[in-house]
Amino acid sequence: MAKKFELNEIEVWDGNMAAAQALRQADVDIVAAYPITPSTPIVQNYSKFLADGYVDGEFIMVESEHSAMSGCVAASAAGVRAATATSSQGFALMVEVLYQASGMRLPIVLTVVNRALAAPLNVNGDHSDMYLGRDAGWINLCSYNPQEAYDLTLMAFRIGEDLRVRLPVMVHQDGFLCSHTAQNVRPLQDEEAREFVGEFKAVNSMLDVSDPVTHGVQTEEDWHFEHKARQHHDMMSSFDVIREVFGEFKERTGREYDLVYTYKMDDADVAIVALGTTVESARVAADQMREKGVKAGVVSFRVLRPFPFNEIVDALGDVKAIAAMDRSAPGGTFGMLFNELGAALMAKGKRPILLNYIYGLGGRDTTINMLREVYEQLNECAQAGEAKYPLQQFIGLRGPKLSFY
Amino acid sequence: MVKKIKNLKEFSLSNDRFEGANLMCPGCSHNIIVREVLNATNDPVIVATATGCLEVCTAVYPKTSWDVSWIHIGFENAAVAAATVSAAYEVMKRKGKLPPATQKMVDEGREPKIVAFAGDGGTYDIGFQSLSGAFERGHNFMYVCLDNEVYANTGGQRSSSTPIGASTTTSPAGSVSYGEKMQKKSMVEIMADHGAPYVAQVSPSKWKDLVKKVQKGFEVYGPVYINAQSACTTEWKHAPEDTIEVSDLGVESCVWPLYEIINERDEHGIIYSTKLNITYRPKKKIPVEEYLAAQPRFRHLFKPENRHIIDLWQKAVDARWEYLQRREEAGV
Repeated sequence: MAKKFELNEIEVWDGNMAAAQALRQADVDIVAAYPITPSTPIVQNYSKFLADGYVDGEFIMVESEHSAMSGCVAASAAGVRAATATSSQGFALMVEVLYQASGMRLPIVLTVVNRALAAPLNVNGDHSDMYLGRDAGWINLCSYNPQEAYDLTLMAFRIGEDLRVRLPVMVHQDGFLCSHTAQNVRPLQDEEAREFVGEFKAVNSMLDVSDPVTHGVQTEEDWHFEHKARQHHDMMSSFDVIREVFGEFKERTGREYDLVYTYKMDDADVAIVALGTTVESARVAADQMREKGVKAGVVSFRVLRPFPFNEIVDALGDVKAIAAMDRSAPGGTFGMLFNELGAALMAKGKRPILLNYIYGLGGRDTTINMLREVYEQLNECAQAGEAKYPLQQFIGLRGPKLSFY
Repeated sequence: MVKKIKNLKEFSLSNDRFEGANLMCPGCSHNIIVREVLNATNDPVIVATATGCLEVCTAVYPKTSWDVSWIHIGFENAAVAAATVSAAYEVMKRKGKLPPATQKMVDEGREPKIVAFAGDGGTYDIGFQSLSGAFERGHNFMYVCLDNEVYANTGGQRSSSTPIGASTTTSPAGSVSYGEKMQKKSMVEIMADHGAPYVAQVSPSKWKDLVKKVQKGFEVYGPVYINAQSACTTEWKHAPEDTIEVSDLGVESCVWPLYEIINERDEHGIIYSTKLNITYRPKKKIPVEEYLAAQPRFRHLFKPENRHIIDLWQKAVDARWEYLQRREEAGV
C-alpha cells in the first residue's frame, strides 16, 4: 500500500508537479515513460514519489517515447491502469502508437506539455505537438494553468475508462508558461482523489488466463471501416460522459468545467479564440479593452476532441469579429482553429468576420499589448462590417510583416 | 512447472494453443517453431507478436488462431509489449489483484509464461532498440526471433540478418552483383552481451534441442533470447516439403550452429560466469555448398564469376564454428 501524501489545502505547484501529483493519486499501475523537456519534471517527480513510497505501481523508464506509449498499450491491454507524459519530439515519436492505442480502445492517460516541433530545434512552448496528434483518436482536454492540469488529469482517467467511452485521453498544458510556473493549486486529499478516480475496470484483460483474448488484430477492407466508424461514433458520443464527470467534479470541488470555456461573451462584439495560457492573457486584454468601451470576450476549448461543434458556435453567439489564434506553424494553409471554427460557423449559418493569427511559435512571448492590438483590429473590422486586415497574419514576428489574403 | 515430454508423437499430439488453421504458406517454419515453443509448457502462455508473417496470418478479424492471450501493437515494439505485460503481471500479483483464474494457476505453481515472437526484421532491424531496452531492464519474458533472414511478409527485402550472397528483392543478384553484400549480424552474442541469463540458437528440425532450450528459458528469471532458424519456402525458394531438410542442412553444415550462452549472476546481480555450450555437434560437418545448393536464393553463386562467394561462405562458417568451440572449451 502506498503511503499517504500529506497535502495542504493550497499547494504551490507548477503544471508538471500538478500533473505528477494527479498521476500519483490516480494509483496508476504502470507508468512507462521517457524524459523530454519540458515534461521531464513529471517523470522526475513521479520517480521521487516512488522512491519515497508514495506509489504502489510500477515505473518503467524505457528507452524511447515509442516504447513508452507501446508499454502503456501493452499494460492497458493486460488490464491495468497505464499513463505517461511527454512533449514535442517525444510526442512525435509516439504518434504511430497513439493511433494504435485509440484503435485498440485502451483508456491510457497522456499528459502532454506542449512544445514546438523541430526543426529548428526549440524547447519552448507552442501547440505544434498538440496539432500533430489531434486526429489520433484520443480525447483531448486543454488546461490553461496548473490547477486545471491537475483537475483534468484526474478527470481524464474517469472519462477514458468509462465503459461507454473506453478511449485514451490527452491532457494538454503549455510548456514552461504552465509546466514551470508555480501557482496556487487546491488539491484533493489522496483518499478523496482515489475515490473520485475509482478502481480500474479491466476489459478483455490479457492476464486472465481463463479467457484468452486477441488484441491488435488486422482488418482489411472488409472490417477496417466499421471499426473506425465505431471508434468515431463512441468518441462523438463521449460528450455526455465528459459532462457527467465535469459535473461530479464540480460537486466535489466547486470547480466548474464545460466543453467550451467562455469569458465575458454575453454581450461581446469581438472575441479571441485561443488555447493554453494565452487564454489567461486574453482575459486580461479583454478587461482592458472593456475599460476602453470595446466589448471584448474570450473563447477557448476545454475539450478539443471530440470537437464541441454546437457549443463552440453557441459560445461565439452573434459576435461580429473573431480572431482564431493558432500557436502552430500552419504549414501552407490556415491554422487549425481558423479552419475548424470557420467550418462550424458556416455550417450553422453564421458569418462573422474571422481572422487567423499565427503567434507565439517556439515560445515567442505573447504580451497583453499584442492581444489588445488583436482586439483593436477586430473592433475596427466589426465597426466597418468587413475584414480590414489580411485574413492570416503572423504577429510578434521580427523583420518584415508576414500576412496572406 | 516443467512439462515432461516422452517422444515426438506425444509432443505433436499436445493440445494446440496455436491453431494450424491460419494463413501461413505451406511448409512455413514459423508454424512449426511457434507450436514447439507453446507446446514446451502446460503453463499459461501470453504472447506478443511483431508485425510480420506470423501476425498477419494468424489474427485477421474476426478470426484468431490463438488460444492464448495475444497482442500485436506494431512492427518495432514486440519486446516492450511482452516486457510490459510481464511488468503488469508482477504489479497485479504484488497487489493481490490478479484475475481469480490466474491467481489459482499461480498458487498451483503454474506462473504464466510471457513470450514475444518477431521476425528478423522486427528483431535485428526495426525492433532492435525496443529489444535492447527491454533486455537491459531485465523484464521476465522470452523473446523468440523467427529468423528467416529476409522481410518475407513484404515480398522478400534484405534485412541485417540476410546472409552474404542471398538474392533478395532489394539486394537482387544481377549481371554485376552477387546479391547481398553484408555478412549476417551476430544477434545471439549481441543479446548474450546484454547479460541475459539465457540465450540460445535453435532449429525447428532439432525439436528436442529446441524444446529443452525453451524449457530452460522458462525456468530462469529474466529476459531470454531464442534465435530460431526459420527456413522460408517463399523467399529461400525451396519446395514446401523440404523445409525440415533445408533446416537440417543448415545445422549439419554448421551454418546454423545450435548452442546456448548462460550468464550466471550472484545475489547482487553481478555476472560471475558466462558459459557457451554447443548443444549439437554434427557427426560429419557437411560442406556449406550443399546448404546453399538446396536454396534457389543462392543459385547465382554457382556461376563461375560468383564461386568465390561460396569459398568465402565456407571460410566464414569454419571460422565461426572454430570460435564457438574455442569459447566452449575455455568455458566463457
